[in-house]
Amino acid sequence: MSTFEFLLQGILIAAQPMNLLYALIGVTLGTAVGVLPGIGPALTVALLLPVTYRLDPAGSLIMFAGIYYGGMYGGSTTSILLNTPGESASIVTALEGNKMARAGRGGPALATAAIGSFVAGLIATIALAFVAPYIVKLALVFGPREYFALMVLAFVTVSSAFGDSALRGLTSLFIGFTLAIVGIDQLTGQTRMSFGVPDLLDGIEVTTLAVAMFAIGETLFIVAQGQGGPDKVEAVKGSVWMTAQDWARSWKAWLRGTLIGFPIGAMPAGGAEIGTFLSYATEKKLSKHPEEFGHGAIEGVAGPEAANNASAAGTLVPLLTLGLPTTATGAIMLAGFQQFGLQPGPLLFATNPQLVWGLIASLFIANVMLLVLTLPLIGLWVKLLTIPKPWLYAGILLFATLGTIGANPSVFELGMLLAFGILGYVMRIFGYPIAPAVVGLILGPLAEQQLRRALAIGQGDPSVLFTSPIAVGLFIVAAAAFLIPLIMRIRGRGQVLAQLAANED
Amino acid sequence: MSQGSSPSQPTKRRPDWAAFAIAVFLVAIALVIFWDSARLASVTGYSPVGPATVPYAIAICLIGLAIWTAIEAWRNEFPSRDRQELGPVFWVVAGLAAQMLLLKIAGFSIATGLLFAFTARAFGKRKLWYSIPIGIAFSFVIWVIFSQLLQLSLPAGPLERLFF
Repeated sequence: MSTFEFLLQGILIAAQPMNLLYALIGVTLGTAVGVLPGIGPALTVALLLPVTYRLDPAGSLIMFAGIYYGGMYGGSTTSILLNTPGESASIVTALEGNKMARAGRGGPALATAAIGSFVAGLIATIALAFVAPYIVKLALVFGPREYFALMVLAFVTVSSAFGDSALRGLTSLFIGFTLAIVGIDQLTGQTRMSFGVPDLLDGIEVTTLAVAMFAIGETLFIVAQGQGGPDKVEAVKGSVWMTAQDWARSWKAWLRGTLIGFPIGAMPAGGAEIGTFLSYATEKKLSKHPEEFGHGAIEGVAGPEAANNASAAGTLVPLLTLGLPTTATGAIMLAGFQQFGLQPGPLLFATNPQLVWGLIASLFIANVMLLVLTLPLIGLWVKLLTIPKPWLYAGILLFATLGTIGANPSVFELGMLLAFGILGYVMRIFGYPIAPAVVGLILGPLAEQQLRRALAIGQGDPSVLFTSPIAVGLFIVAAAAFLIPLIMRIRGRGQVLAQLAANED
Repeated sequence: MSQGSSPSQPTKRRPDWAAFAIAVFLVAIALVIFWDSARLASVTGYSPVGPATVPYAIAICLIGLAIWTAIEAWRNEFPSRDRQELGPVFWVVAGLAAQMLLLKIAGFSIATGLLFAFTARAFGKRKLWYSIPIGIAFSFVIWVIFSQLLQLSLPAGPLERLFF
């Protein structure tokens, strides 16, 4: 069957009333949780994943897609309305969007973000649907050596290429690796690092680590900073709808943002906001009102938001076709798929195409649902933002532990949550990024499998890794991705890299 | 979420002792991995690469990172840290510990209610006689929604059994 037929079939399944209801619930829950300050898309997905466990596979995937898009939109809403430094799904959205909100144009800012995200999501998902089969064909050429080299590239980019310190990124990555070896070794059945504790035999759950480090670690960090003043939430004054002029200025920005964001998201360049920055710079250059940038130019919200969303859909390309997550959100989604018993990769397209196309179709549905739902409910989301901090963070911890207990109601799991939460807090104090640990935890075992397979085929000779031209090429790119930023930082030009690092939460 | 870090400028020459502790911690982890993998080293499969290979490699890299960390700590290249107020931190940790210990005995609502109240206390809501009942009530509502409607398995304690 061709791509188009698969997609149509997927849409038919996703459009059934029960599944539409799931999408609705997913989008609502996702936005509500994503709006909460301190909770970004990755954490939203991690927190709400257990909610999807009891449903049938198609229903779970649909709710999952809804939560994903809802979480992303909730995060943008917060960055536009709340000017807490660092609370941003995208720094540039917060820059222009918040200025617009202060000028009383919060409604149009949110509207352009919503519609831009919808347009970007639509186009990017269609691109995903058409590009995926080609990449799958390419992936079938990949053997263990190539996969391992690709994963090494992902490790390097997510840990040390961006951000302000290669050392700290790598240390975070290796902490993730250390946690990854806990459990039963897949190839020989031996238990590793379990110290006789039965609960550790299954290894450490990615969602536990992500929730602990993001939610609990963040809460501890904020609480340790003492009582600051309440955050200033910009009320959404005036109309929520965009004027004709807004539309005219936005639509090209949406399209340009999508074009920029999707390819960048699809590349295994883990943890970078290159797409949004490029979009912002492009909009500024091409705008007829460049003086407005920095004071609330609507293209400065429209373009980067579209780029952000297209980038997110782009990260699904390596995730679904190669099983390679390049961001913390991707890592959690991979964990989610594994919970449903699916291993994303080229085999999944061959053995279970309905499920994959069902997921892609549900992304469409969730996208539409988000647009329909969010603008009318803006008032509700703003109310959520005005909850006083004590109750807000109490609620966040409640949901964090709810998810963990729902997945595994054991005292030991909660103990791990606490321990990793404290670890996340300490890491935050010293400036260690958290995303590499999460990616290391889920990708580490996969990389190890590929490495050992490659070495087993080569009779234990390490040089076999370098005999494949594709693998060698990827290793060279990985080395460049490690060395060039290192040199840049030594020469004092590290600021750019620090800004490009995505706030992965 | 704030990253809590600013571009590092080595202005002081005093070494950063807390960062040294991190280096020590990394070495400790590496040693644990070495110790645990020693018994795996004898198991080999198809090739000399066995279940102990990758752990050994990770441990060696951790030692390398520990040395690098120690060097950066010596040169004080870690980002500056704000003063940490540990009192509230202990309240949150206490809340999580309370929930963890009471979960099986007292059930979801009471255990999570305590977590809720202690966290609010950490942020300044001192009236525990007020926030604990609210926390328990709220947790109970959540329990009803998630375990009865959405079929999640959450431990039921005396309070839940009273109603269901």
